[in-house]
Amino acid sequence: MTLSSTGRGRSAEATFDRFRSLALARLQDPQLRSAAFCLLALGAGIVPLLAGSAKAALAAAPTDGADTLLMLVGSAMVLLMTPGLAFFYGGFTRSKNVLNCMMMSFFLMGLIGVLWVVVGYSLAFDAGFGSPFIGGLGSMFLHGVGGELGDKALAPGFPISATSFALFQGMFAIITPALISGALVERISFKAWFWFCLIWSLLIYSPMAKMVWGGGFIGPFGSIGAIDFAGGTVVHIASGVAALVAAAIIGPRTTWPNSKRPPHNVPFILLGAGLLWFGWFGFNGASMFASKTAGFPFLTTTTSASAGLLTWCLIEWLKDGKPTAVGAATGAVAGLVGITPAAGFVYMEQSILIGILTAVACFVAVRIKAAIQFDDSLDTFMVHGVGGTVGALLTGILASKALVPGDYFPLSAKIMEESGNFGLFIAQLKATLVTYGFVALGTAIILWVLGALMPLRVSAEDEERGLDFVAHGEEAYDPMTN
Amino acid sequence: MKMITAMVRPSKVDAIKTALVALDIIGMTVTDSRGFGRQKGQVERYRGTEFTVEFLPKARIEIVVTDEKVDAAIAAITEAAHTGEIGDGKLFVTPVETVIRIRTGETGEVTL
Repeated sequence: MTLSSTGRGRSAEATFDRFRSLALARLQDPQLRSAAFCLLALGAGIVPLLAGSAKAALAAAPTDGADTLLMLVGSAMVLLMTPGLAFFYGGFTRSKNVLNCMMMSFFLMGLIGVLWVVVGYSLAFDAGFGSPFIGGLGSMFLHGVGGELGDKALAPGFPISATSFALFQGMFAIITPALISGALVERISFKAWFWFCLIWSLLIYSPMAKMVWGGGFIGPFGSIGAIDFAGGTVVHIASGVAALVAAAIIGPRTTWPNSKRPPHNVPFILLGAGLLWFGWFGFNGASMFASKTAGFPFLTTTTSASAGLLTWCLIEWLKDGKPTAVGAATGAVAGLVGITPAAGFVYMEQSILIGILTAVACFVAVRIKAAIQFDDSLDTFMVHGVGGTVGALLTGILASKALVPGDYFPLSAKIMEESGNFGLFIAQLKATLVTYGFVALGTAIILWVLGALMPLRVSAEDEERGLDFVAHGEEAYDPMTN
Repeated sequence: MKMITAMVRPSKVDAIKTALVALDIIGMTVTDSRGFGRQKGQVERYRGTEFTVEFLPKARIEIVVTDEKVDAAIAAITEAAHTGEIGDGKLFVTPVETVIRIRTGETGEVTL
């Protein structure tokens, strides 16, 4: 099993009590500490601490039942986000396209659900290739993960079962391509979507997970030292950028922008946003990997969502005269996206600030998109891309030292020690730029190749007929069925 | 016999039904419909994008009454559907040749 140096970390808190006393002890002789760091820096230049030496600080511990339970329950909660997203997106479409739109998310619980255990997990978290960019093939079918009974601890310092970790990560792998669908609804061919998700998950998602959480290039055990608590880069920036690129390549709906239609079912949007909010407790909260210390990420998550909802509605109220239900749902999701990379690294004030700033940024982005008439149909980039970017950068500015312990985030903690939050901000900026470049280029190449092999979108006639019938032979609402 | 087709505000359907039943007019068909006239439509906003919704929801009520009840029915509907604002709707009165009750095969006013 690999993951020995997973960068996912709040697990720091897993054994937080122990580490807090350690940290306190260190604070008492700061001079000694900085001297040690200077020696290290002299010796290694700006080369990061090696993962091996950092690992030594993490004690092997038997699997903890409560922490593992957090992962299992968290996994189920994150799974529920995918049908939640289907409702969130489905409400926005025309009624003739709602099933197709929801299937673009729901179907991935099948496709990625299988793909993840077969090879996706291995490509993300196995160490077989010895590369900082991609995992290996040694953990295919989760062979060797968690031992015969699946109860072995993930790694030193991570007393959750390795199997619960693999499950948890799989839920993230499912929802990330599902997020992309929002930009492409009402015109992409379902066959093209099938192949796009399969390839994108293997060639973009798994490497991203490796780079950020699997001890790879971007994360705290790698070269950049950025921190990403629950997926600001891996999930939100990656899906947002992919959505932007894919929408540009596939092109707008034929009806855009001259015959737009309002959302066909706003209650679906609220239902979906509510399910997403609920699931996000698992998404962010369980990313602490430790139940005792999961209180803060649970709190920051919901607080940021509240601040985002409130901010979006107040802006609308002041600007347009009325707070809207769609705005409330969008603002809450924006707040959740923004706090995702920061959830375990900040306290309440910062989480409120992140919710407010992310909502403002997404609000402006959505308005700009409307003004330039770019058909990112359901604002995937405007909410997840922009929100993820703002969140990732704010994480650098606002992270609290106490929540970024060196044992779990060696390079990041070192950066904070040497150049404070500004240094971490620069690392976050680098991570963001690397993610933008890698995902944009990779997504474009995948779509160009796919486009040479099959049509990426349906015909204009099929678009007019409605994708529910064209792609699935079904209708969501048929008045003649009783 | 006359058919009265009333295009009214959906919120007025219950009041109209009550008024008609009081006149012993007990058969009617109500359809959800959409339309516009002088009311033009309304502007809705979703995520800051404005949509002009030209077709507003209306209820279409169809009743068939004997000739002597036509004036009373029109008065009852008009009073129940009235708000005084643009968008109250319209009534259309058209002649009806015959009516057949499917269950019994009866025809004419006895079926109403």
